Amino acid sequence: MGEPTPRQRTVIVSDSKPVMPPYIKMRYDAGRNRWIILAPERLFDPDPIAVEVLKLCDGARTVGDIAAHLSNEYNAPVQDIEVDIIAMLQDLSDKGVVKA
Amino acid sequence: MNEIAPSPGGHVKEGTITMDAGEMRCDANPSSPTAPDPSCVVRAPIGLLAELTHRCPLQCPYCSNPLELEKVNVELSTEDWQKVMRQAAQLGILQVHLSGGEPTARRDLEEIVKTAAESGLYTNLITAAVLLKRERLEKLKECGLDHVQISIQDVDTQAENADRIAGYKGGSAKKKEVAGWVRELGMPLTINAPIHRHNIHSVEAIINYAVELGAGRVEIAHVQYYAWALKNRSSLMPTRDAFMAAARLVERKREELKGIIVIDAVVPDYYAKYPKPCMGGWGKGIINITPSGRVLPCHAAESITHLEFDNVRDKPLADIWLNGDAFQKYRGTSWMKEPCRTCPRREIDYGGCRCQAFALTGDAANTDPACSLSPLHEEWAKVADVESHQSPPAFVYRRPGGATPKPAAEKTPVSSDA
Ligand code: SF4
Ligand code: SF4
Repeated sequence: MGEPTPRQRTVIVSDSKPVMPPYIKMRYDAGRNRWIILAPERLFDPDPIAVEVLKLCDGARTVGDIAAHLSNEYNAPVQDIEVDIIAMLQDLSDKGVVKA
Repeated sequence: MNEIAPSPGGHVKEGTITMDAGEMRCDANPSSPTAPDPSCVVRAPIGLLAELTHRCPLQCPYCSNPLELEKVNVELSTEDWQKVMRQAAQLGILQVHLSGGEPTARRDLEEIVKTAAESGLYTNLITAAVLLKRERLEKLKECGLDHVQISIQDVDTQAENADRIAGYKGGSAKKKEVAGWVRELGMPLTINAPIHRHNIHSVEAIINYAVELGAGRVEIAHVQYYAWALKNRSSLMPTRDAFMAAARLVERKREELKGIIVIDAVVPDYYAKYPKPCMGGWGKGIINITPSGRVLPCHAAESITHLEFDNVRDKPLADIWLNGDAFQKYRGTSWMKEPCRTCPRREIDYGGCRCQAFALTGDAANTDPACSLSPLHEEWAKVADVESHQSPPAFVYRRPGGATPKPAAEKTPVSSDA
């Protein structure tokens, strides 16, 4: 059996463990020299930050873990980063690109 | 089709298959003997609509296939389609929509899907589902199929109406069964519902039904009045009031079902102020290939009688995309006449639909009468209003020869275009 039908909106919080389902494909498009996300009848155009966040979304790390990781890397306040990526992941979850 | 919409957070822009490919220049196909002009600013296409066959067990009166359906003996071979898939990926195409007719009527669908997936294309199956068996769906998944879109005519509790519209008994129940398999196999599902006078009252039920079926997306696709749909316009056209009510309902359901299902809507242009950018702009992002291999800028382009179309049997796809007459003819904006030529919306809607402009004005370079700035607009829009209030005539069902239902003996094959 596959995943059950989602009946309720997923709300992304610090403890959520986001992951892109296998039918969502993020890959580098060499011809266009940029990253793209392929989804049913949709294309998404992630900026470098989104690419980095999504690469860390493995279904094991929490949003909090990811924010902490990026905070280290960019030397930016973890709180700000978390707010930013929760907004981004919520939007992608609403569009079915990310599950959590 | 939607345009790119900014998203909160601003890190991910969204587009449909018509998404603008940015500043990239197309330099695909270096091996072609006819190398593209270096000054070419044509962008690589994003999507390929592959009409694998015009065969279909259904007979939908709004079918977008041409009235002259291509026969099985002219269809491309398996190897031809495999070649097309490889060339498409090389050209920069990202998504392929395997469509028809009914694509599962081709026994080699698995091989075509496999090659497409191996070439790196995202594969969408656009199907009426009635021919599918569970084992075959599993096979297709193994071959790399990414997504399944099933079209429905109405909800399961209105099966009789649904089957009457499709001209296929038992279709509604069968579609429901196949949708279940798609979800059981863990594949993403889209429900596509062409909307017209005979089901516009069911829009809310259809959206709820799509949720029940586990779809991640539902398309409330008001019928576009070309080809068979144009032939059946007086049977299919909803009233303006019915359309407005449906539009409000879609807005409400979008809020209500946010995060549960994505609702996309295609608006009928008879009730719009400005036309849609047909195919996101002619020769801008999409390629359509017919069962026999003719390469079209849009699925209805063959209705523009003076255009000549290349065939994938004769030329590489990249060459056709870059240099083909049919693509060059209405690409960009330089071919435009007034009022489009100086209109601030010319790079938004590209003057609307060339086929509709040709059908109604005799010149495909004129403004689409769907635009309120077209001198023909008022007269044209009135048609919808009048027809939608008359009692609907019987359907002209989509079947080979169905558009000219004359007994063979009465035909007089004298004129060259008979
Ligand atoms: S619209 Fe109906 S008749 Fe036309 S190809 Fe699709 S299912 Fe077949
Ligand atoms: S005049 Fe032409 S470009 Fe302007 S809105 Fe109408 S169709 Fe579009």
